[in-house]
Amino acid sequence: MPLDSIYTELITEHSRDKRNRRHVEGATCSHRGVNPSCGDELTLELRVQSGVIEDAAFTGSGCAISQASASMMTDLLRGRPVADANRIAEKFLGMIKGEITDEADLEELDEAAALQGVSKMPARVKCAVLPWHTYQQAIADPPGNPA
Amino acid sequence: MDKILGDKIHGIAEKFPALNQTVNGRRLVYLDSAATSMRPRAVLDAIDAFYARDAANPHRGLYDMAQRATEAYEGARAATAKFIGADTDETVFTRNATEALNIIAYSFAPLVLQNGGSIVIPILEHHSNLVPWQVAAKKYGATLRYLYIDRATGEIPDAELKKIDADTKIVAFAHVSNVLGNMLPVNKLVAAAKAVRAVTVLDAAQSIPHFGLDLRALDVDFAAFSGHKMYAPMGIGVLYGKKKLLDSMPPFLYGGDMIEDVREQDTDFLPPPSRFEAGTQNAGGAVGLAAAIEFIESIGYDAIATHEAALIRRLVAGLNALPDVTVIGSTDENEPRFGAVSFNINGVHPHDAATILNDYGVAIRAGKHCAHPLLKYLDVEFNACCRASLDVYSTNADVDALLDAIPAVRKQLKL
Repeated sequence: MPLDSIYTELITEHSRDKRNRRHVEGATCSHRGVNPSCGDELTLELRVQSGVIEDAAFTGSGCAISQASASMMTDLLRGRPVADANRIAEKFLGMIKGEITDEADLEELDEAAALQGVSKMPARVKCAVLPWHTYQQAIADPPGNPA
Repeated sequence: MDKILGDKIHGIAEKFPALNQTVNGRRLVYLDSAATSMRPRAVLDAIDAFYARDAANPHRGLYDMAQRATEAYEGARAATAKFIGADTDETVFTRNATEALNIIAYSFAPLVLQNGGSIVIPILEHHSNLVPWQVAAKKYGATLRYLYIDRATGEIPDAELKKIDADTKIVAFAHVSNVLGNMLPVNKLVAAAKAVRAVTVLDAAQSIPHFGLDLRALDVDFAAFSGHKMYAPMGIGVLYGKKKLLDSMPPFLYGGDMIEDVREQDTDFLPPPSRFEAGTQNAGGAVGLAAAIEFIESIGYDAIATHEAALIRRLVAGLNALPDVTVIGSTDENEPRFGAVSFNINGVHPHDAATILNDYGVAIRAGKHCAHPLLKYLDVEFNACCRASLDVYSTNADVDALLDAIPAVRKQLKL
């Protein structure tokens, strides 16, 4: 697996980007996701009003892939209706599992599509999907009841 | 390297088939021996020969082949016992060190923790010598106390030993840290435990590949180690216990081959070691362990230690010389370490480092090394680190390959 397809400019930049690394004011739900084998951990906070994700951000630490994935995800989900965000999360997970490969289909993942190469690195899949599984858990928590 | 040592060690990697492979078009540089060592051809052949010829069920059949199986299995026990300075009835075969430590925590701990008390362990313990004690402490209303190390040296300050007091029933400790590679002061820990009549448990998983284990001389009450870290196959390990202690313990698992007589409503159990070996055992693994012991003895621990110490010095000195690399624990290249050296590449999560190094054929371990409390206590970046670890087959070329590849990591990440 050529490393340059994993550690792209976009991914290394996102992994260090501080914009989405913060608390969300008035968060309505949050969830802490952990990869026990590697120690990646992140807490995702969301403010959902009238079925729309008004804000999303995260705190925590981990490898470049998990951090970039979290940063890209929060960019992508912010401002979207929950139903839309859920569909996108499924699409991202489908891409990482190697089930969705069609470029046109992946277009709406925007920058997060840059993580497609991870689908060919079984050892790192868990890093890329951690923020997205954490999102699914967070959104499943009842609003106004942060975990 | 002197001539005799050179002859014994030179070319030894060629005896390990798994080391002879390429990764991403490069020679495999295996520096994860503390996770598991590779096996020499002699060990693989011994296992193959057992299964090809002798593999009836030991202790059961009355025919020739079953007799050979029993002799192979019990012969392996005798060789193992002799190797560690124990008697055969003090040498129990288990799956691994983890299972051995669990047997102590399940079958022995309740005998001394009926009225609570404390279990004392160093903060640097591997989860296998930590979680069983944490669970036992909770179950029996005991407290779990930690001996904190000096972060800069990895050593346990003498003042910490005061935590071993009249309340203490069990003191469990690694012989060598799987993260820092340093040796723990077994004599001091045993003396402190004896002074309060506490029982000692030695986790020798990380020491036995690198230096000899004389359990009589160390005078610990229990010990555990895994075969797979000492050139033997996975799935065979050893529990050592002083005879009177093993005799006092109820079985851990119940079933065949561990009973004397079974009636409808009750059972008499065999004495140790059989009492703790319920069901058909990993006889092929035991045979492999005996072959691994023979392999170690054919080289000798003196030669192994001299060779590995030189590699460790080269590795620590090389890491110290690299910019943006932090060695964890002592940074003194002359400080004795056994097998493992941990480090971080500044600003780089160890998993990214391991992924990138793999592209250069270099296999290291990265993460928390089954020692979460230690990594948290050390307060290193990402609460995780890279670990390079070696065994007798490791070479200067392996160490240099890692050192040469490290600068590529930060470059790849545009740092």
